[in-house]
Amino acid sequence: MRILEKILGRHPHWGVHPDDHKRPAADAPLRSLPLPEVLYVPLQQHVGNPARPVVLVGERVLKGDLIAEPNGNISAPVHAPTSGWISAIGEITAPHPSGLPQLAITITADGADAWCERLPVADPFALAPEEISRRTAAAGVVGLGGATFPAAVKFNLGRRLQVGTLIVNGGECEPYLSSDDRIMRDRAAEVVDGLRIVMHAIGAREALIGIEDNKPQAIAAMRAAAAAFGNVQLRVVPARYPMGSDKQLIQTLTGKEVPADARAAEVGVLVHNVSTCAAVHRALRRGEPLVERIVTLNGGALTRPGNVLAPIGTPVVDLLRFAGVSGRPARLVLGGPMMGIVLPHARVPIVKGASGILAFDAAEARTLTAGPCIRCGSCTRACPMGLLPLEMASRIGVGDLDSAASFGLSDCISCGCCAYVCPAHIPLVQFFSHAKGELSARERSRLRNDATRRLAEDRAARLAREAREKAAASARRKAERDAAKAAAEGGSRPLSMRIADTTSEAAT
Amino acid sequence: MWLAILSLTVLGTLLGLALGVAAKYFHVEGSPLAAEIEALMPGSNCGQCGFAGCPRAAAAIAEGSAPVTLCPPGGKALAKALAAKLGISIDLDAVVDRGPQVARVAEEICIGCCRCSKVCPTDAIVGAAKQIHNVIREACTGCGSCIDRCPTEALLLQTLPVTVQHWVWPKPAATPAALTA
Repeated sequence: MRILEKILGRHPHWGVHPDDHKRPAADAPLRSLPLPEVLYVPLQQHVGNPARPVVLVGERVLKGDLIAEPNGNISAPVHAPTSGWISAIGEITAPHPSGLPQLAITITADGADAWCERLPVADPFALAPEEISRRTAAAGVVGLGGATFPAAVKFNLGRRLQVGTLIVNGGECEPYLSSDDRIMRDRAAEVVDGLRIVMHAIGAREALIGIEDNKPQAIAAMRAAAAAFGNVQLRVVPARYPMGSDKQLIQTLTGKEVPADARAAEVGVLVHNVSTCAAVHRALRRGEPLVERIVTLNGGALTRPGNVLAPIGTPVVDLLRFAGVSGRPARLVLGGPMMGIVLPHARVPIVKGASGILAFDAAEARTLTAGPCIRCGSCTRACPMGLLPLEMASRIGVGDLDSAASFGLSDCISCGCCAYVCPAHIPLVQFFSHAKGELSARERSRLRNDATRRLAEDRAARLAREAREKAAASARRKAERDAAKAAAEGGSRPLSMRIADTTSEAAT
Repeated sequence: MWLAILSLTVLGTLLGLALGVAAKYFHVEGSPLAAEIEALMPGSNCGQCGFAGCPRAAAAIAEGSAPVTLCPPGGKALAKALAAKLGISIDLDAVVDRGPQVARVAEEICIGCCRCSKVCPTDAIVGAAKQIHNVIREACTGCGSCIDRCPTEALLLQTLPVTVQHWVWPKPAATPAALTA
C-alpha cells in the first residue's frame, strides 16, 4: 500500500495516519453551552507576556469589556466573556500539564449576557492595513489553531516581509477534534470574509485554503463561500497527520520548504487558522472581541459528544456535565490526543487556544510500558521534519543535550509521530519536550549571568566615578583654601568675604 | 689584554641585545586561561564560592584546585560552560541549582541604615538614610551578601516559585536500557 501511495505521489512520505475518531462528534450540530455561573479568565492565554488586569474586584462588567490590557509588544488583551461582576483576581490551577497556579480574573455572571458598546466596521477594506492590525490586536485575537500567537503581530510581520500568499489552515489533522470542521461548515461565509480581511491587512495577493480530504461537507461549504473571489483558492490536501502544522501545509500547498530556524513569512507565506479568520471577521464586522470559541467535546467517556460554543473561561467540569460523562474519565486532555496536554483535573477553565476537551475512557487512555529500542527506524520515516528521533532520544537519555541539539532538536515540532509509531512504545516526544525545556532554562540562566555581569560592571564604573568626583572636589576645595590663605596673607581683604568662605567650607 | 676586554665587551653586548630582542618577541602573558574563565563568570564578586571575588575563583579553577561547579549564581549553565572550556566532563545532575532566589526587605523592621545597599554587588538595593530600603527584583541575583550586613535581620532570601512559563517537562522516568546504550 505504502509503495503504491509513493508511486502515485498522493501521500506525503512523512507523518502518520491515526484513526480520526472525528465522527459522530463532527456531524452533531453545533450547540450553545448554557451560560456558566462563574467564569475563570486566565491572564495568559497567548504566547508572550501575561496581560495586566485593569478592573477591580467588585466592579461590574459587560460582555466584551476590556478586563486586562496587553503588557509589552507580544501580548494580547483579555475581555469579559459575559456580563456580571468581578468576584476575584487571583491564582487558579492553569490548564497546563504542570498543574501550577496562574493568575486569572473570576467573573460571576449576572445571567443577562449583555454586550458592551460595539463598534462595527461596515467596510473593513476601506481601512488602512495598520488599522486592521490595531483593531485585531484590541479584540484580543490570537492564533486559534493551538499556537495562540497574537494575530496582529503576525499581520505586521507579514506586511513588513511583503508576504504574497496567505495560507488558511483548515487541516485539523488531530484525531477527535472537529471545531475547525464545524466552523467551516456553519460559518463558511465568516471564514472567507475574515481571510479576505487578513489578506488586506498583510497585503497578500492570493489566499490558499488547505482542507484535509476527510471533511467533505466543510470543503463543499467553503468552496461555495469562496467561489465569488478569484484570488481565494481552495485546495484539498490528503488527510495525514500532522498536515495542520504550518510547515507541512506550506510544503504541501506551495512546494516551499521553510528553512530551519526561519519563519514561514521568510519564504513569502503566512499561515492563519480558519477559526482565527472567523474571529478577525467578528472583530472587524461586528466589533466583537474574542470572548467565545467552538470547543470539541469528544472521547469515549462522554455520552453526547459534539461541538459547543462556549465562553472563554468556562470550567471544564461544566463542559463535561453538558456533554454527559459516563463513569469517571480515565484521562482529560485539552487539545488533540497527539499534541494536547493532560489536565490535572476538571476544575480548570478553557482558554482561547482550547480547540477541544477530550475525556478518555480506560481503553483510550491506556499507556503501554516502554521496551528497548529495536533500531527499526520507524520514527525516522514518520518524522515530518526529517529528524532522527531515536538518535536524539538516546542522547537526551544520558543527559547529552548539546549533542541532541546538533541533531536538530530545535526543528522538532513536538507532533508526536515518532512516539505514535514506535513499536517499543518509547516516549520519544516526551524526551524532546524535556530537552527543549531544559535547553531554554539554560539559555535563561545564561542571559541572567550576562545581565549580572553588566550590573556588576555598572557598579564598578559608578564606584570609580564617585571616587574620581570626590578626589576632584577635594582638590578643588584645597585649591580654594590655598587661594584664600594667600589672599589673607596678602592682607587687605574685606571681612564679609572671609565669612562667606568659612561658611561655604563648613557646608562642604 | 685590550683584545680580551674588547672581545668580551662585544660578546656581552651582542648576547645582551639578543636576550632583549628575545624577551620582546617571545613574550608570554601569564596563563590566559584564568582570564578566559573570569570572563565567563558573573563578575559580581559576591563571594558565595568561598573565594574573594570572581578573579580569585577563576584562578583557582584554572589551576585545578576548585571544582567548576562552585558558583551558585552561575548555576548549571556556568558549570557547563566552564567544563566545556576546560575540556572536562561533569555530571550536571549533581549540580544543586537552588533555583532563582531574591532578597526581600521586611519593611516593618528596616531602620534605613544603608549597610545593605553598600555591599550589594549589582546595586539592586535602593534606599536612603533613615528610609525604608527595597530590593529591585530584576537586578537581585540572590547572592546573599546583604543578609549578614543587616543589623535588624530585616533581609531574607526568598526562593522564587516555579511558574507556568518556567516549568520544564520532567525527563521520562524509565529509560530503557537499550536506549541509553
